[in-house]
Amino acid sequence: MRVALFITCLADQFYAEAGVAAVRLLRALGVEVDFPEGQTCCGQPAFNAGYWDEARPLARRTLEVFREAEYVVLPSGSCASMVRNHYPELLPGSREALELAEKTYELSQFLVRVLGVEKLGEGLRGRKVAYHHGCHALRELGVKEEPLLLLKNAGAELLPWEAAEECCGFGGLFSVKLPEVSLAMAERKGETLPEAEVLTSTDAGCLLHLSGVLARKGKGLRVAPLATLLWEAYAG
Amino acid sequence: MRAKARLYPKEAARLLKERPGVRRAVTGATLHFERNRLRAYGEVDIEAWRARAKAVKDHVLSHLDRYLELAERKLRENGATVHWAETPEEAHRVLRDVVARHGVRRAVKAKSMLTEELGVNPLLESLGVEVYETDLGEYLIQLLGEPPSHIVGPAIHLSLEEIRRLFHDRFGTPLDASPEALAAVARRTLREAFLTAELGISGANFLVAETGTLALMENEGNIRLSTSLPKVHVAFVGIEKLLPRFQDLALFLPLTARAATGQRLATFVSLIQGPGEGGPEEVHVVFVDHGRTALLHDPEAWETLRCLRCGACLNACPVYRQTGGHPYGYVYSGPIGAVLDPGLLGLEEAYPLPYASTLCGACYEACPVKIPIPKLLLAWRRRAVEAGLSPRLEGAALKAFRKVMESPALYRLFSRALRGVPLGAQEILPLLKAWTGGRGPLKPSPKPFHQLWQELEGEWTPGNGS
Repeated sequence: MRVALFITCLADQFYAEAGVAAVRLLRALGVEVDFPEGQTCCGQPAFNAGYWDEARPLARRTLEVFREAEYVVLPSGSCASMVRNHYPELLPGSREALELAEKTYELSQFLVRVLGVEKLGEGLRGRKVAYHHGCHALRELGVKEEPLLLLKNAGAELLPWEAAEECCGFGGLFSVKLPEVSLAMAERKGETLPEAEVLTSTDAGCLLHLSGVLARKGKGLRVAPLATLLWEAYAG
Repeated sequence: MRAKARLYPKEAARLLKERPGVRRAVTGATLHFERNRLRAYGEVDIEAWRARAKAVKDHVLSHLDRYLELAERKLRENGATVHWAETPEEAHRVLRDVVARHGVRRAVKAKSMLTEELGVNPLLESLGVEVYETDLGEYLIQLLGEPPSHIVGPAIHLSLEEIRRLFHDRFGTPLDASPEALAAVARRTLREAFLTAELGISGANFLVAETGTLALMENEGNIRLSTSLPKVHVAFVGIEKLLPRFQDLALFLPLTARAATGQRLATFVSLIQGPGEGGPEEVHVVFVDHGRTALLHDPEAWETLRCLRCGACLNACPVYRQTGGHPYGYVYSGPIGAVLDPGLLGLEEAYPLPYASTLCGACYEACPVKIPIPKLLLAWRRRAVEAGLSPRLEGAALKAFRKVMESPALYRLFSRALRGVPLGAQEILPLLKAWTGGRGPLKPSPKPFHQLWQELEGEWTPGNGS
């Protein structure tokens, strides 16, 4: 099986480790991994802000770059949802958009639903983990049980978190258009956060936003992308 | 009501800074409603209920003219007087006439968002009529001179301390009075008003076309009193409030109660068919358009007209929870306000409201009639950009963003530049400054992934497994 990785711009720039982890993990599971040249951003920031004319050429590029792929896997729920759910809206009537949508998966979703992997290893034994459900992963892709299952089966102690399914307040441009509200939302997540060693999520945007606010609050926990933890689950 | 929606970003920031108590009060109350809703939804086949309710509403909206005519006929047969108001001015005329004919000096009002839209209270005051809001929360904010902060819980933003102070100043109650004692004071005042008012004003949760029945839901009993004690009752009904058949109430009453407060049914449901024994001598139903027909013809945004005004989307919305409804600057706040207000006011008037969301989707999950709020937010944003309403700097930034992302070579250049910029310099760029102000500088990975990929390629060749 061959998988084309779509690393997406935020992970590429700020959580490169998530990409490395995804590559190692998929290879370890016997999957061939490509990183198609020429990939940049899926266009989500422009699309969500209403700039569909700016988003469209980026979507078309992405269609071109991943045309030949058997599967496209992203370490990001919101970008996966952009491709899966919004490309067909953005490019109505495009057969390629529908084809790409159908073969695109968020990493944990791909592992569980396509590869049928439920246990990676026990490398997270005893680690206290708080999982933040990225909104688009949760509500647009329906990715809820997959990351929890993989973390739990790797021995992690998943801490109950009242606000786990609440939006962190990132929201792309929202974080700079309404910074005060955005920060208040992250603070609420922080106020309810259990005493975890690691905070993880599918999305680089959420983590970037949350880590900034949590660091200011002096919370000493580690913030790591889900892909990184899943590799640790495997490699120990 | 005059809209101040354009001030939303400033007002939201100001409120967070100056009145942190609002955030606490609103978060606490909405989470309470939200938990109740989830429990109440969990007791039934909610997906089937939502699908059915959506279908009924879509049916009635797509045959609205027919159902409005039927409703008018039935209401007349029941002895009610029917009026049509396209604009607030036309609605005012009906009220002015009633006030003049009956020499109305005092009116009692049941909570109604539509009368907020129409500015009923200022009109009555200008006619020398004393108006009492009779819903307890609504009464509190009337005393404070504030608009409602929530569709269902208008005083959701107030703390007990603030209410104690208000009553202390107004009625001389002690500063540590119990909630029961405060309610007793309000009850005394309002009872006097119920017994002496010549006019009762209400909205309507639903209006059944086949029987001409007004349905009103409440928990305090004040709506029942407002609509039965005074000799004249005027009900303002948005034209989208129609249900085809009486039996539809069997779905919509429990669904709305579950969505709004997590109750199986509201404590009181009043079904009003017209004047008669034990009720008012005159019942007037005013069908109000105020932008709704135009919205009905909007190929995307018409779906907002399914709204039941239950407030479930407000309770579910983490953005709304930080500030309550006031910064939104119009009658309808939260996610539904962000899509309905542009439809009613025009996008230019409501411009930033579609951006008052992270598109997290919690509102859609909560909505009892499946209004696709996130999709509509995206549509309004797209239209705002097309109409040139967005800030010039933002447009330029996204255009530059597209240019960089369209070219892998430029993107790689940007990637190198990002690592060359000293962290302190991020303060200079306006968009980045808004980010770093609350979150500290952005620290890129030492090397971007696309560079690490070259190194990873050597690690593994096809066939050698793990």
